[in-house]
Amino acid sequence: MADKVIDARGSFCPGPMMELIRAVKEAKVGETIAVLSTDSGSKRDIPLWVQKAGHELVGVIEHKGYDEIVVRKLR
Amino acid sequence: MAKELLVVGAGTGGLMLSNQVARQLAREIARGEVRVTLLGDRDEYLYQPGLLYIPFGRVQLQDLIRPVRDLLVPGVTFLHDRAERIDPETRTVTTRGGRRLTYDYLVLATGSHVDVAQVPGLAEGGHWFYTVDGALRLRETLARFSGGRVVIAAGLPYKCPVAPLEFTFLLDEWTRERGIRDKTEIVYAFPLGRAHSIESVADWAAAEFEKRGIRLETFFNLESVDPVKQEVTSLEGTTLGYDLLVVIPPHRGDTLARDSGLTGGDTWIPTDRHTLQVGRYDNIFAIGDATGLPVSKAGSVAHFQAEVLAANLVSLLTGGSPSHRYNGKAFCFIETGLDRATYITFDYTHPPQVTPPTRWVHLLKQAYNRIHWLNLKAVL
Ligand SMILES: Cc1cc2nc3c(=O)[nH]c(=O)nc-3n(C[C@H](O)[C@H](O)[C@H](O)COP(=O)(O)OP(=O)(O)OC[C@H]3O[C@@H](n4cnc5c(N)ncnc54)[C@H](O)[C@@H]3O)c2cc1C
Repeated sequence: MADKVIDARGSFCPGPMMELIRAVKEAKVGETIAVLSTDSGSKRDIPLWVQKAGHELVGVIEHKGYDEIVVRKLR
Repeated sequence: MAKELLVVGAGTGGLMLSNQVARQLAREIARGEVRVTLLGDRDEYLYQPGLLYIPFGRVQLQDLIRPVRDLLVPGVTFLHDRAERIDPETRTVTTRGGRRLTYDYLVLATGSHVDVAQVPGLAEGGHWFYTVDGALRLRETLARFSGGRVVIAAGLPYKCPVAPLEFTFLLDEWTRERGIRDKTEIVYAFPLGRAHSIESVADWAAAEFEKRGIRLETFFNLESVDPVKQEVTSLEGTTLGYDLLVVIPPHRGDTLARDSGLTGGDTWIPTDRHTLQVGRYDNIFAIGDATGLPVSKAGSVAHFQAEVLAANLVSLLTGGSPSHRYNGKAFCFIETGLDRATYITFDYTHPPQVTPPTRWVHLLKQAYNRIHWLNLKAVL
């Protein structure tokens, strides 16, 4: 279980990635954050940001109708 | 005993909601069966979208401000005071002025505001147009601006997701009008891997940038500013030098809900995406920027949520049960220059599409800027 779950299903603007970034900013180093997204682009875009920002992609889980992307804050 | 509706926050959402309920329950209010009280820490209403035009001298500040009392319909009692604490068990709200207000139903419409202090160096090194003082200061600086590198950047979260893009296009045209575009480099630094959250808006913006010679810097989440070196640095570790820095500072919500133990520790209010109920309390609701919902922090969202919630409160206050649900609806105009605009609309299940900008939509947005006051009074 992630430390925090953000339900960003149905979010187009600001969108799942913006919700994730703001949550990562507010989280403590070492915490995990899961974002739920119905936007098919999230599984492609979020890992790019995670890498660029120096965090860890813990996993991408495909559920029925949405994806769950789990990230650990590293710095 | 009269049923008490207490609304906290006399901004876009709070005014629309109070006025809609008071209009629909005019008879019940006249008979003393229902009371609608609006509590606001400011007795003047500011039309925030107008701030975008202040730096370019396109509107005057006095045209954006009206006394709250002039925007109320009969039946709403306005109290100019700040809510300090909510006690859901005793159904009371205590205020800075020492009032103890009881409620049967409570609506939190406390909005969001910029938190400049979150970004070290920003207050000394940057500009923003999201507050009255900030917009006026930027106007003064722009009046003296004769060229150089302008960096536009944003810290998350912020309200009105299209404002940074609009500012960029307006700045582009303004520098052209003044004949200094060739001496001005414009850099648009955005949190995501593209120019906007919405892919179709981002594609369209990228093409406009190309045409207008605006540089796009991606994955740039504002972290700190060095006012001496004139450099801005992102969470991702990129540093950009600037002559003029214009940012959208990260926002936060009012401290009321957090201090009353209603949030998970931050200032955003946990709100049901359809019923707008706050946490486990079936008589507390939140609308507008104050919620933690993954929807745009925009006036149109506050408006659509106010409509849904007003309809449900009218039922609840007259012994019925709520049946309306918020579906995530949002609508935004996008200014694409000084004389053209477009718009987007979407909800939880319908993604937005962008249509080509036209002069007509620009005129519509300008017209809306004038008729907004009627909207607040629930006339439209
Ligand atoms: C530059 C700019 C451009 C924008 N452009 C657009 C646009 O084009 N389209 C669009 O849809 N939206 C736009 N917006 C966003 C829009 O203005 C807001 O989303 C909208 O006002 C939100 O309404 P609200 O009722 O949630 O909050 P607000 O209208 O901000 O009202 C909140 C009110 O609550 C009061 N308050 C807070 N805490 C307390 C308390 N504890 N006790 C008493 N009172 C309290 C505040 O003082 C304030 O008056 C823009 C905003 C800015 C700054």
